[in-house]
Amino acid sequence: MNDLDVLESQSIHIFREAFNRLDKIAMLWSIGKDSNVMLWLARKAFFGHVPFPVIHVDTTYKIPEMIAFRDRVAAEWKLPLIIGSNREALAGGMGPDQGRVNCCSALKTDGLKQVLREHGFTGVIAGIRRDEEGTRAKERVFSPRNEQAEWDVRDQPPEFWDQFKTDFAPGTSLRIHPLLAWTELDVWRYIRREGIPVVELYFAKGGRRYRSLGCAPCTGTVASTAATVDEIIAELETTRIAERSGRAQDQESEDAFERLRAGGYM
Amino acid sequence: MTATTPFRIVVVGHVDHGKSTLVGRILSETGALPEGKVEALKEVCARRGMPFEWAFVMDALQAERDQGITIDTAQIRFRTEARPYVIIDAPGHKEFLKNMITGAASAEAAVLVIDADEGVQEQSRRHGYLLHLLGLRQIAVAVNKMDLVGWDEARFRAVEAEIRAYLAGIGVQPTHVVPVSARGGDNVAAASALSPWYAGPTVLGALDGFAAAAQPVELALRLPVQDVYKFDHRRIVAGRIESGRLKVGDRLVFAPSGKAARVATIEGWAGTDITQLAAQAGQSVGFTLDDQIFVERGEVAHLAEAAPIISHEVRARVFWLGREPLAVGGRLKLKLATAEHQVTVAAIERIIDVTDLAHHSGGTVGKNAVAEVVLRSRSPIAYDAFSVNPRLGRFVLVENYDIVGGGVIAEAGGAQHQVKSGNITAVDHKVTPTARAAANGHEGGVLWLTGLSGSGKSTVAMELERRLFLKGWQAIVLDGDNVRYGLCSDLGFSPEDRAENIRRVGEVAHLFAQAGMLVITAFISPYRADRDRVRAIGPEAFHEVYVATAIEECERRDPKGLYRKARAGQIPEFTGISAPYEPPAVPELVLDTAGRSLDDSVGELLAYVERVFGSAWHNVAGYGI
Ligand SMILES: Nc1nc2c(ncn2[C@@H]2O[C@H](COP(=O)(O)OP(=O)(O)O)[C@@H](O)[C@H]2O)c(=O)[nH]1
Ligand SMILES: [Mg+2]
Repeated sequence: MNDLDVLESQSIHIFREAFNRLDKIAMLWSIGKDSNVMLWLARKAFFGHVPFPVIHVDTTYKIPEMIAFRDRVAAEWKLPLIIGSNREALAGGMGPDQGRVNCCSALKTDGLKQVLREHGFTGVIAGIRRDEEGTRAKERVFSPRNEQAEWDVRDQPPEFWDQFKTDFAPGTSLRIHPLLAWTELDVWRYIRREGIPVVELYFAKGGRRYRSLGCAPCTGTVASTAATVDEIIAELETTRIAERSGRAQDQESEDAFERLRAGGYM
Repeated sequence: MTATTPFRIVVVGHVDHGKSTLVGRILSETGALPEGKVEALKEVCARRGMPFEWAFVMDALQAERDQGITIDTAQIRFRTEARPYVIIDAPGHKEFLKNMITGAASAEAAVLVIDADEGVQEQSRRHGYLLHLLGLRQIAVAVNKMDLVGWDEARFRAVEAEIRAYLAGIGVQPTHVVPVSARGGDNVAAASALSPWYAGPTVLGALDGFAAAAQPVELALRLPVQDVYKFDHRRIVAGRIESGRLKVGDRLVFAPSGKAARVATIEGWAGTDITQLAAQAGQSVGFTLDDQIFVERGEVAHLAEAAPIISHEVRARVFWLGREPLAVGGRLKLKLATAEHQVTVAAIERIIDVTDLAHHSGGTVGKNAVAEVVLRSRSPIAYDAFSVNPRLGRFVLVENYDIVGGGVIAEAGGAQHQVKSGNITAVDHKVTPTARAAANGHEGGVLWLTGLSGSGKSTVAMELERRLFLKGWQAIVLDGDNVRYGLCSDLGFSPEDRAENIRRVGEVAHLFAQAGMLVITAFISPYRADRDRVRAIGPEAFHEVYVATAIEECERRDPKGLYRKARAGQIPEFTGISAPYEPPAVPELVLDTAGRSLDDSVGELLAYVERVFGSAWHNVAGYGI
């Protein structure tokens, strides 16, 4: 088994644990490369099926190509898609001009909490990775959230020998992270190996490309000439630029991202 | 880009000895930090009015930076010229031991960091001990902060000697002991001019020297069933191969049920459905069987010629993380591979003081302590000894909603007890239990009746003895009142005396059982811990019968007028009135005599005895291993 086989097998194991141990689960689909890999892994884990709903939290600020891609793939793969959004906040005029962190927690975090509450999901699968950011490096694979969907980063449960926290008090829930051990480079190598589709936005046009996808106002491009998956892999093998460097909401203060995540952000 | 799986190392040691600093340094020296990271952290430190801290690379949480300690474990990748790594930073504070274990349990090797100035401290030892317990055999030591001791070789040698001595005590020989200044970067990636007296490798050199572990392909097949899917026409059994190999056509036996069938197909999906002919350890697979047997999550598929142990009991070395201490009689959920079992702590054989490796007997196991315990399960457990197959030889314990401990299973063998006198060696019998059973037509054993005064224990016991005798059985009753005339005439009814009373009766009962007799005991035996200790003397022989007649009914019967006296305050510490009765957590049988004839109650018990101890009862899984 090479390194990608090992990662794939671990992720499949995690998917199957979540599906077996939890009553009502759903998977988040951000339309980014990571969540496309997750969808692919879910179909491997369940032999071509996705036996739970796929949630996309729409902030209405997403880059249009992302939405077009979502609708095409959802139809092609016959995904049980749920689209959620925080309509109230949007009606109240929420947007990045009200503060990027505020906007993220209203439209993404609260938007997500609303869908979860509405459908009564007790587990939600999210495609975060340890190498993305310092607090994600400390995450558990099965990560508990309290009644308010908040993360108590100071008192996480022990997790070892692939025995996950699968017992939890009523009202609380779990985040499940099948890609935690993957790196950005692993994800692209796996996309190449398996031929997984991704949004065109990742490929360079006019000397720039998106390295991480989010909402249009807060997601910048990086200088790059990588126009194919092979070229992206070659670029990542040498780059020392952080993946989320194009994400404006992370940079607001030293602890901006930690506060977002403690509040329930992915 | 190589396609090798990153080698996993954990950095452990006492709080503040410089673990996070060393990790930050390693990442920086190997070019693993993104551009601008060091500059950003310099700014963070300046804003906080403190000198630059390498530890902030890993200590990303605000609370960690505010307090200058690592709270939770973090993992990050880097690579040397030799190979890719995952480095796992672990907290050194005792309070966060659960997080240290979370980090360390997945590592293949470890670096134990020790402050040159402070020397070996409590958590240096505890971490060293736990690494060994978790199965890590490759440990390198970094004697850090050599700058604080002026790079004094004599000080280095003293710390080296101290840690080598401790590790030798647990059977570990460090691969290297490296003098380091993590802050200054000395002997981290490049050899330092400050230690001309040191000829060994740098920290990175020591890491590159660790041997990578292979997937346990050569061990016997163990495939715990994770789930069974029926999404379409196929009924697919899914699970991860923990060890060994799987081929189409293999005849799989499922433990503990013993059901068997052949592998018809190994299913897969890679854009479209595919099938394979074989798979091996580490792979998450799905397969169909040629025979539609009912298998479910928790069973372990294996080949007939190499079966796991199946037993209702495990002896294990446990590290306890629960807030409340672990005590005899405690009930927990045990999770081993994909199986879950309700277990009771039958005995705490010894508690290990990890600071001086001394053993203590008895008592309860406090938070973060290590102990050897016997766990007894209601359902049969399929497992291997940890030394034989670690993946089937380890488990976690769950209480309420939380993982509160982990354990590694010892080699099979009878429970060992603390004895006061030294120089005693058990002598082997020439008549085996099997021979005695063959001669008697039944096994020896202890049928332990427990319940309130007046619940019917003695009446049922005497009638059962009579009926067994008529059937030619070797049976005898040990009765509560009777032993108090002789064996226990020196004892009263205080909790200590009750405990000693039960202990003596328990020992005697087990001796009779070894002699091939079926011993029926009739004691109130109100304390769960006392009964569990008796069980631990010979768990395979001990069968607890809870005579569960309700107190109202017992008081109505009041055959000896004791309840009346107790109500009148004439009997102190009367069970059920002024002293507690703790019903068994997991009795083998519950017998309620209320509203039933004696014949009927005894009939039920007799059927149980014949089924369990009768001559048909030989190869019941797990007994006598
Ligand atoms: N003088 C000196 N200080 C060090 C060295 N390594 C770490 N420290 C300091 O020791 C303190 C604790 O370090 P940290 O890495 O947080 O320790 P940890 O608790 O083991 O992770 C910090 O203030 C470090 O700057 C070293 O080699 N020399
Ligand atoms: Mg630290």
